[in-house]
Amino acid sequence: MSTEKKHIFDNPKNVKKVLFGLFGSLVLLLCLEPFVHKHSYFAWEKWFGFYAIYGFVACVLLVLAAKYVLRPLVKREEDYYD
Amino acid sequence: MIEFIPPAFIYILGALLVPLLRGKVKSAYMLLLPLISFFFLINVQVGTVWEINFLGFDLVPFKVDRLSLVFAYIFHLISLVGIIYTISFKSDLEYVAGLVYAGSALGVVFAGDLFTFFVFWEMLTVSALWLIWARRTKASQAAGFRYLMVHVFGGLVLLAGIIMYISEQHSISLGFIGLHSPATYCIFIGMGINAAWPLLHTWLPDAYPESTVGGAVFLSAFTTKTAVYALARTFPGTEELIWIGAVMTAFPIFFAVIENDLRRVLSYSLINQVGFMMVGIGIGTQLSINGTAAHAFAHILYKSLLFMSMGAVMFRTGKINATDLGGLYKSMPWTALFCAIGAASISAFPLTSGFVSKSMVIDAAAHGHMSIIWLALVFASAGVFHHSGIKIPFFAFFSHDAGHRVKEAPASMLIAMGIAAFFCIFLGVYPKFLYSILPYPVDFVPYTASHVLFQLQLLMFSALAFTLLLLSGIYPAEIRAINIDTDWFYRKGGRLFYQVMDKGLNAVNRTVERVFIGEFLVGLTRFVRELPGKLLAQICWPFWKTAFDAPDKKTISENLLKRAQSGFYPIGIMGLFAAIYFSLLFLL
Repeated sequence: MSTEKKHIFDNPKNVKKVLFGLFGSLVLLLCLEPFVHKHSYFAWEKWFGFYAIYGFVACVLLVLAAKYVLRPLVKREEDYYD
Repeated sequence: MIEFIPPAFIYILGALLVPLLRGKVKSAYMLLLPLISFFFLINVQVGTVWEINFLGFDLVPFKVDRLSLVFAYIFHLISLVGIIYTISFKSDLEYVAGLVYAGSALGVVFAGDLFTFFVFWEMLTVSALWLIWARRTKASQAAGFRYLMVHVFGGLVLLAGIIMYISEQHSISLGFIGLHSPATYCIFIGMGINAAWPLLHTWLPDAYPESTVGGAVFLSAFTTKTAVYALARTFPGTEELIWIGAVMTAFPIFFAVIENDLRRVLSYSLINQVGFMMVGIGIGTQLSINGTAAHAFAHILYKSLLFMSMGAVMFRTGKINATDLGGLYKSMPWTALFCAIGAASISAFPLTSGFVSKSMVIDAAAHGHMSIIWLALVFASAGVFHHSGIKIPFFAFFSHDAGHRVKEAPASMLIAMGIAAFFCIFLGVYPKFLYSILPYPVDFVPYTASHVLFQLQLLMFSALAFTLLLLSGIYPAEIRAINIDTDWFYRKGGRLFYQVMDKGLNAVNRTVERVFIGEFLVGLTRFVRELPGKLLAQICWPFWKTAFDAPDKKTISENLLKRAQSGFYPIGIMGLFAAIYFSLLFLL
């Protein structure tokens, strides 16, 4: 493996950079919110960080439900139908 | 000078010549077909109608309006992309099937009467089948067969509906139908099967992942989107579609999260995306129908782009399960890039096509103050980013390095992906192009500060959820396993049905055979054979007992029986002699 070229994410530093980029952008997106004029249809759209929280919670619930509820119900061996 | 040839004719008749050509001529010919057809199409006037009187019905094999045109444009574009993608495969079966398939879809969108519509609708099923069977594996054969069964069933439901509808309306013209009678419900459900409605959807994640590398690209574009067109034509504003669509956007993402086969993940997200279109049709306003058409246009591009990138991965590595992949960005960087563009588009990142189309449907729901629907759609938007936007590129190209050291995808594949990727970004950056071809005038501004910011918040915090779940180890590990879905009912149910029929009917069969043939018939023949002898013996015994010096009844009876069975009755012989005697007397 030593002869092989090092690729960008082989270096853990670069992975960290991506993560910090993500966290930084999250903070930035929340900081921008007060400066944006909202024209919303629903009351909850006016709450601070509604979309951020909804997106986060939705995805966590999605994964937990898929992992702990759906998978035990539907998982079968690969040759189940054979 | 030929003024116009309908696209379906060019595609379907053109397809038949493909196997006769060889080498570069063949490639050039196949690339020219969609281009020639497109050339005719851009010169056609909206409102053009062809009518033919046939057996007292007005057939309208070709009718153009703005709704048909949007779908026709994208079908041309994606068939060209699909042909480029598969050009190095040298598989006549796939070429012919692909072209006939695309042609049938074009036939459906220009059909002006129910008869033409149904003929092309069924051709769609038949041609699609060969794109699955062309993989030539046992799994694809079985999946293709199930695909056929489901669609033949759907086709029959549709046909029953159409026949009842024609006898109700005394007209075969295709236009707004609306839900109001058993006939219209049949048509509705028949179309719904092709649109992969919840519970009727399993043919899609069952069959598409089993199709060929190129076949999946074609399949992902035509069948469901033709159904979207058909429903938008015949059932706009049908409230049921809003709920059907909302369920469609939400439930497949749970399956997609735990699915290992990446093309199956894409199949589930395809259903999720078609759900948005269903909601748009169900709301039925100009904005929402525009949104449906725009989303179909954008969706076909990014979904086929994703299928192309996964197809390229499969083509090079021979693997498609997330458990077998990872780290491919090292050897297939361009494919990874194009996949990322497709992933960004399906997630509706600003500056991509999904952003400018999906938001129209979500906004239409908000306009109608449908809070539950709106929340479901936004949830599904976050979810689709989660499984298509992140999961697909992450597990294929990044994640742990699975050690594949393969060549980059062939040039033809990269060009096809490049074209699709270009349009994904072009439509996102310049939405006016897309908006100008929609059925209704567009008064919608996708790029407002709040819209961009909220969308980014939604997506980036979904990304945060993915990252944290992955780092903490909670994210469900990819497992070599399959997940059952409602196709269980006909796959296991079908087997159960077979067994019940086998055990049940064959048992009945065997019992009937034993009782009827083994006992009843044998008894009957014995009865018929022995009856005359026994009767004779009973009747004649009193006379014979005195006439003959008989030792006992039993021997005589047995002798009589034997003779009766062979038709050799003593009484017959005596009768014969008597007859001869009297005849002689008479004659002499």
